[in-house]
Amino acid sequence: MSAPNSKRGSYFLITPMALVFAIFLVIPLLTIVVVSFWDYDEYRILPDFIFENYSYLLGSSVTWQIYLNTFKYAALTWAFTLGIGFTVAYFLAFHVRSLTWQIILFMVCTIPFWTSNIIRMISWIPFLGRNGLLNQALMGTGIIHEPLEFLLFSDFAVVLADVHLYTLFMVVPIFNSMMRIDRSLIEAARDNGASGWATLRHIIVPLSKPGIAIGSIFVITVVMGDFITVRLMSGGQSASVGLQISNEIGLLQYPAAAASAVVLLITVLLIVTALLRLVDIRKEL
Amino acid sequence: MTTEKSKLKSILPGKDVTRRGFLKGAAATAGVAIGSGAITGFPTIWAQNIKNVTLRQFGTGVSNINAVADKVKEDLGFTLQMTALDSDAVAQRAVTQPNSFDIADIEYWICKKVFPAGTLQPMDVAKIKNYDKISPLFITGKLTPDSKIAQGTAPHKVGFVEGPDSTDFASAPTQWMTLIPTIYNADTLGIRPDLIGRPINSWAELLNPEFKGKASILNIPAIGIMDAAMVSEAMGEITYGDKGNMTQEEINKTIALMIEAKRAGQFRAFWKSFDESVNLMASGEVVIQSMWSPAIAAVRSKGIECKYQPLKEGYRAWGGGIGLAKHLSGLELEAAYEYINWYLSGWVGAYLNRQGYYSAAPATAQKFMSDDEWGYWMEGKEAQGDIMSPEGKVMEKAGAVRDGGSYEERMGHVACWNSVMDENKHMVRKWNEFIAA
Repeated sequence: MSAPNSKRGSYFLITPMALVFAIFLVIPLLTIVVVSFWDYDEYRILPDFIFENYSYLLGSSVTWQIYLNTFKYAALTWAFTLGIGFTVAYFLAFHVRSLTWQIILFMVCTIPFWTSNIIRMISWIPFLGRNGLLNQALMGTGIIHEPLEFLLFSDFAVVLADVHLYTLFMVVPIFNSMMRIDRSLIEAARDNGASGWATLRHIIVPLSKPGIAIGSIFVITVVMGDFITVRLMSGGQSASVGLQISNEIGLLQYPAAAASAVVLLITVLLIVTALLRLVDIRKEL
Repeated sequence: MTTEKSKLKSILPGKDVTRRGFLKGAAATAGVAIGSGAITGFPTIWAQNIKNVTLRQFGTGVSNINAVADKVKEDLGFTLQMTALDSDAVAQRAVTQPNSFDIADIEYWICKKVFPAGTLQPMDVAKIKNYDKISPLFITGKLTPDSKIAQGTAPHKVGFVEGPDSTDFASAPTQWMTLIPTIYNADTLGIRPDLIGRPINSWAELLNPEFKGKASILNIPAIGIMDAAMVSEAMGEITYGDKGNMTQEEINKTIALMIEAKRAGQFRAFWKSFDESVNLMASGEVVIQSMWSPAIAAVRSKGIECKYQPLKEGYRAWGGGIGLAKHLSGLELEAAYEYINWYLSGWVGAYLNRQGYYSAAPATAQKFMSDDEWGYWMEGKEAQGDIMSPEGKVMEKAGAVRDGGSYEERMGHVACWNSVMDENKHMVRKWNEFIAA
């Protein structure tokens, strides 16, 4: 095959993917960017080129408060999912010896995902409520005398639900990275007298970094854009960026929602870029 | 026009007698069909081809009831397609896609913004047979001659326009009506009497520290702000010129008061959907909150005490109506008038009354309800037997009395109607501050 031909062949092969990306990603994104400069009244969006949506958004103390709140949720969720996810993956990869059991236990982790995530979230509500199971049990055993109110419709509830929903997103990529670690490296470390802790710090964690980075990207992007968990678990009392966008859409303020979405997209892209700076996923894969 | 009217008169009396006779029996259906056929004055000519007409109606979920579409097919012969949307989407569609519907089922406060856009045509009241039976709330704004006109977008303020092509609202009733009322009600606070254990009689109780961590308000800005205003006014904190059209300063003060209460931990949660309000109340998370009447019924149906508490400051009312699309003409327009006349003739009214809402022409609905039903829902009397929902579920047992009492008692004490403010954008932004605070 001659060179120009193979070039044409490559273009031909990437066309379907390029088209899919163009139609479902690039064009909608451009539309959002364009609309974010439009004007609106109660019921219509009016083509225009104004900066009012952005100037209001960036100038409002509400926005900063909401971003702070969203970062707080993202950071807490990230820390807990990382801790739990890493531990679970470590157990699966290094303590469970037989492949069959690894597969079985891994499947067990995924079983909750057979139900809708909204159901999994809502099921916390009767459990954590004022007259819920947990409060009843604690009061029944005499540990507390007044129901704990902070359990539901609070930041605690939001982070709890997020951790519950997204830990698996950490487990999977970290487990995947750990399974690729050459076992002879660990043997060598042990032969050279490294403690379990030193092995973990100098071998397992560095080699699991790509998995940790991928898991972190999953969790952070999902939590940054989330609105339904925040709404249901905080009882509508807390706001997140996603919730703000969803409210604006509900009120037909599409240009304002588009501007919020663009700002959120930029924020998340910056976070992802920073993460990729720390860990070169491509090199490690 | 004149020939049509005379025809109307000549046909009506005779037919009407047979119609009443029919209605008493089980053959009510056939009666309405004949009766309403007579109303337009073209019973035979259009009897056939009207069956091919399809009217597309869209509106909010409350009055978009499939049973109504089925009954229209049965009684009138033509097809009514219903689309249910949320109220913002309804408004948007009415303005921006005028050809996508034939009949718009919108709320009066939306009408204030939508009708001036010119996508609807007013109705000629001469063609509406039961016009004189429509509740005076929608004509003069006064349920009884001495009642006070409520604040907000009271339906009669946007109920009429100056002429057939006008989009200017008339200050007094004219021949041209914008919307025919379909469904309306008076909203108030719902409470758990078993958990509160004392009488509640003011909106101010929502922010009473006694209910710290056990109160809720609905998080739909346009309605939530009204409830907040009812509370602020009842507390004596703020006096409003018009709660339905607040100034920026009034909005700021109201929101500041709500933020203060929120920071002090007054609210357990905010709700946005019907189900959320039911769950909050049924689980005991909340003992006092803004609520809608069917939600109260839903809590009670779980065997939990729940009261739609009448309050001394009055109710916050809302109402919707159906309007005709500008593009309707000829056969379709006549079919639409026929539908409206049928709508006011009683069957739908009885259906809505049984759901705990009110119907536009109560007198016609009475004929389709039993004395006991009428007594319970409309007169505030004790139920003699079980009160059934339109779907045949027991809603109340014998001996129950409707919260708030009779129709006059409830609709006569409206303090404010749902509305859209001139400062809407500002209000929504302040409301978001409240939620994020």
